Amino acid sequence: MTSTSTTPRSATGSVALRGVTKVYGQGEQAVLALDGLSLDVAPGEFVCMVGASGCGKSTLLNLVAGLDRASGGAIELGEGVNPGLMFQEPALFPWLTVEGNVEVPLKLRGLPRDQRKERVSELLRTVHLSEFGRKRPHQLSGGMRQRVALARTLALETPVLLMDEPFGALDAMTRDILHDELERIWTERKLTVLFVTHNVREAARLADRIVLLSSRPGRIIYSTEVAVPRPRRIDSPEVSAIAAEVTDRLRKEVGRHGQ
Amino acid sequence: MASDTLSASARADAEISGLDALEIAGREKGPSRVRRLWSATWPKLAALALAVAIWQAVVWSGWKEPWALPGPAVVFGDLGEYLLSSALWEGLATTARRAAVGFAAAVAVGLLLGLGVARVKVLRAALGSMITALQTMPSIAWFPLAILLFQLSEQAIFFVVVLGAAPSVANGVIHGVDYVPPLLVRAGRNLGARGLNLYRYVIAPAALPAIVAGLKQGWAFAWRSLMAGELLVVIATRTSIGAQLTYARELSEAPRLMAIMIVILVVGLLVDTAFGAADKAIRRRWGVLDQAGN
Repeated sequence: MTSTSTTPRSATGSVALRGVTKVYGQGEQAVLALDGLSLDVAPGEFVCMVGASGCGKSTLLNLVAGLDRASGGAIELGEGVNPGLMFQEPALFPWLTVEGNVEVPLKLRGLPRDQRKERVSELLRTVHLSEFGRKRPHQLSGGMRQRVALARTLALETPVLLMDEPFGALDAMTRDILHDELERIWTERKLTVLFVTHNVREAARLADRIVLLSSRPGRIIYSTEVAVPRPRRIDSPEVSAIAAEVTDRLRKEVGRHGQ
Repeated sequence: MASDTLSASARADAEISGLDALEIAGREKGPSRVRRLWSATWPKLAALALAVAIWQAVVWSGWKEPWALPGPAVVFGDLGEYLLSSALWEGLATTARRAAVGFAAAVAVGLLLGLGVARVKVLRAALGSMITALQTMPSIAWFPLAILLFQLSEQAIFFVVVLGAAPSVANGVIHGVDYVPPLLVRAGRNLGARGLNLYRYVIAPAALPAIVAGLKQGWAFAWRSLMAGELLVVIATRTSIGAQLTYARELSEAPRLMAIMIVILVVGLLVDTAFGAADKAIRRRWGVLDQAGN
């Protein structure tokens, strides 16, 4: 991740955005996707970004992951940190088994075979898929595939996890269970999570802090701490109250575009 | 408290495995292997029997003299004799060697060309449409030039085989690389695959089905070009299947001529089947095989 705008920083799991701007296209057709976005995520913090369509949520994660380059501003990560990125789709390699998929980042890091094997089985245990190591992605359900993707991302052993609506395509029951799982893994591994979603309840269920983005261009317009003790339930009154508050703000923002 | 968390985690385990079991239930069922094999084989056998029956009917109708169009019994009798002769096996050895060398050269050229066009913009602009145009050129039309360039030699045959087959292989590679899902490339890059590793771990395997399809098509072109070549470029000191076909025509040995044609058909089919099996195996691994097993 050696984009010019990424500079080392001391605190390992922290993410700092300093006036990040992203412009797509040139001249008349140029679209301002992100406009001077600044955000500090502390190590171990779980931040959910919520916004309507066109707020540049996915753009931002791509920039932090180093898959795309910012037009302006700086993204500061801990020294040598390559954030792991999860997508709405599992993006598993269909030509590999579940084990093979989880093994890819370990192979790329040059780990010897026996260590890889050990790490893979540990990671599959973490996501409760030990029995499915020999299966191929197409033989699994959507929720299971997303857990394989999580294990594969965890194999990077990175302190920063970027998640781009990872549970958006799952049914409510599966999503609830995966919320519990993600919360557990986040706690156990002391991860920093930057989680993008359009589902306000999901944000209130998971986040330490919710950040609301405006649309076209993306800017932070509202930020709130979620002071509900964990473990939480998505249908608890406290979580619902926070969700209602954020939804109101979001509606106001969407309404602004109708005028 | 400790026992509380323990039971909570045990409950979570049970929930997860319960959900998993429900969601993937009934996914892996299919007819038995023997049944599948039989249902794939009998229509082919029936079609073959019908073709032979029509052939026999035409012969009985007396449409052509028996010396021009012999019946199945005569031809299969001669085929039996031919299979036991050393002529067939010597010829087949020459032809198979030419096919292997020619096809290997075509694959090498096609892979390089395809990769170049897929990755380098200038090459794509320059050669992209030319490769497709080259595919439409009947390979036999190259032979006059090939014979001028290389006389009646194996080089002339290889020249045409490569020109015939390489464009298909190249197109397979181009198509495969073009249609690698961008999401998989992003995932691969995020997992640490850069440069050559991105090709090794993501792009090459993702493009494999299209490449195999290109190889299969390339083989069909190579085999046709080779047969055309062996009919035209007869090297007297070296017997080949194509040369024997030419001799059979010159000597009006109709049963032998048809026996050789059957051999050519069967060899082409066998190799095609091998490619088909590879293609199917890949698609099965990928989980894109449809219900009928096609």
